[in-house]
Amino acid sequence: MKTKTPKAAAAPVALTLRQRSKLQQFLVRFRKNWQLHMLVLIPVLYVVIFHFGPMYGLQIAFRDFKPRAGIWNSEWVGLKHIINFVTAYNYGELLWNTVAINLYQTFITFPIPIFLALMLHVNEHKWLVKITQNVTYVPHFISTVVMVGILNQVLSPVSGIVGNVYRAFGGVGLCPDIRASAAAFRHLYVWSGTWQGMGWATILYVAALSGVSSDLHEAAELDGASRWKRVIHVDLPTIMPTVIIKFIMQFGSMMTVGYQKVYLMQNDLNLSTSEVISTYIYKVGLGKMQMSFSSAVGLFNSIINTSLLFLANSFSRWLTSGEQGLF
Amino acid sequence: MALLAKKTHDIKIKRKRTWDDHLLYMLTNVVLVFALVIVAYPILYVVACSFSSGSAINRGEVWVWPVGFNLEGYKLLFSYSAIWTGYKNTIFYTVVCTTCSVITTVMCAYPLSRPNYQGRRGLATLLTLSMMFGAGLIPTYLLYSNLNLTNTRWVIIINGLFGVWNTIIVRTFFQSSIPNELIEAARIDGCTELRTLFQIVLPLSTAVLAVITLYYAVSNWNGYFEHMIYLRDRDLMPLSIIVRDILISASINLEDIQDPELIEKMSGVTDVIKYCTIVVTSGPIIAAYPFVQKYFKKGVMIGSIKG
Repeated sequence: MKTKTPKAAAAPVALTLRQRSKLQQFLVRFRKNWQLHMLVLIPVLYVVIFHFGPMYGLQIAFRDFKPRAGIWNSEWVGLKHIINFVTAYNYGELLWNTVAINLYQTFITFPIPIFLALMLHVNEHKWLVKITQNVTYVPHFISTVVMVGILNQVLSPVSGIVGNVYRAFGGVGLCPDIRASAAAFRHLYVWSGTWQGMGWATILYVAALSGVSSDLHEAAELDGASRWKRVIHVDLPTIMPTVIIKFIMQFGSMMTVGYQKVYLMQNDLNLSTSEVISTYIYKVGLGKMQMSFSSAVGLFNSIINTSLLFLANSFSRWLTSGEQGLF
Repeated sequence: MALLAKKTHDIKIKRKRTWDDHLLYMLTNVVLVFALVIVAYPILYVVACSFSSGSAINRGEVWVWPVGFNLEGYKLLFSYSAIWTGYKNTIFYTVVCTTCSVITTVMCAYPLSRPNYQGRRGLATLLTLSMMFGAGLIPTYLLYSNLNLTNTRWVIIINGLFGVWNTIIVRTFFQSSIPNELIEAARIDGCTELRTLFQIVLPLSTAVLAVITLYYAVSNWNGYFEHMIYLRDRDLMPLSIIVRDILISASINLEDIQDPELIEKMSGVTDVIKYCTIVVTSGPIIAAYPFVQKYFKKGVMIGSIKG
């Protein structure tokens, strides 16, 4: 009975609706939804003003922006700034630094949580698993600033673990300062990121693994599969879909680096490997006040970003036949 | 053959472990202990150093326990007035921004979750577009400075007001965990949309509300880049900026310390102070962590289902 009443009531309304004009229909629905419209008003205004509003200012990428003249009255120069960037002496270096950090990061920070999750899943000591999980989650909550601070302290040749170990193994004098080495920057960035994020990243995989039906495991066991075999033929295939999607999405953000951490880790000595596009945008734009040039670089970067994202998304959709995508 | 014979007695008896099984279990033990030590040791080291004397640290005597136990570093740090201003500001930003963010997120997510809402598709498109295209740093900066918002607290509140990703999490939760029949029933009984939201939907959504509150709170507590770009007054700076000055730029504004004795001590114990700073800033969040961690995990799970 319950389901019948609303249907019966809805039928005559629908009929009268069809008889009215489109505008009237719209107004009727609008009145029915007005409270919802009021709710979304603030979020929509916010997105339009503060997210799409700056798009108006994006035109300074094609102008010679002078704060006194304003956006509209600055001289139009076309693609000058983008061409300047593409032909600049440090263009190749910036691009390579950005891509290299990302590639390196993907190939390290990606497989390690999967491996760790499998180990957590296979291990039989409940208490060890619990402790390891809870401890490895902790660094996730450390802020970027403090994280870089810890890195600086722990790697210090004087007061850090690195210095201690160096002296304990009979090193003479001060050990070389790895924080100031350009060759070490990528390793420090990626491995500290792994340290911070590996525990947290296991959550999804562990959940997926514990969702495996125990029937599968029992059947495999009866057939004489060792635990190794079950890891390879039961556990791994169940997390594979999650893994593939996450991997593709990671590829989509190839040109975006967590610039906050990079910026904090930069010093004069490692700049040749640590300067990436996003930190460059900030330094040139707000440090040297070359706003037009910086906007042009930003635009260039986000065009590549967005196309990569679209590429990754459609690839992911194609692979899962339309099921999984970012949007 | 012995194996088969056993199985006929009791089908539930486990297969006998072979050498490679034992190897695997050993491997997992080793890997877990290794991960545990690798993650825990630097944290323990930092805490131990914060309680040690500066000379012991520099001689490399501190490994796990404090050497030359003292609280000098903490005393010095807390006498640094900028830390207190920073703490106050950070608490202000975290509380105000988080409250505003959660409210706007729900305001946007609820209509988005209603299947018959008139503007649903338009709204979804708007949000997706905003996720894909951004104007970038400089144009955004120009907008804020044209609106005279830079160097005010407003710019921080506005800048982080709204997270599209969190909105999607909340919407997905509304859609998947609250039966549509319930909402329809309330509407038929004469409940307005707003009342349905407040009296039916929100009381059933405490889990997801806790999740996004925590997400926003952590990101506000940890944020520093926006503050660095948009703020200039030291009185408005959050803890993270003060901490960055101490930890990374290694500069302490000596005018903020009144006691001349302290300044003298300061030069000898900068490293201890840095270790103390790390403990003092991350302490609150890590201390709160055991109580809220299940919500965080829940958030990861809800976030992974997309509608």
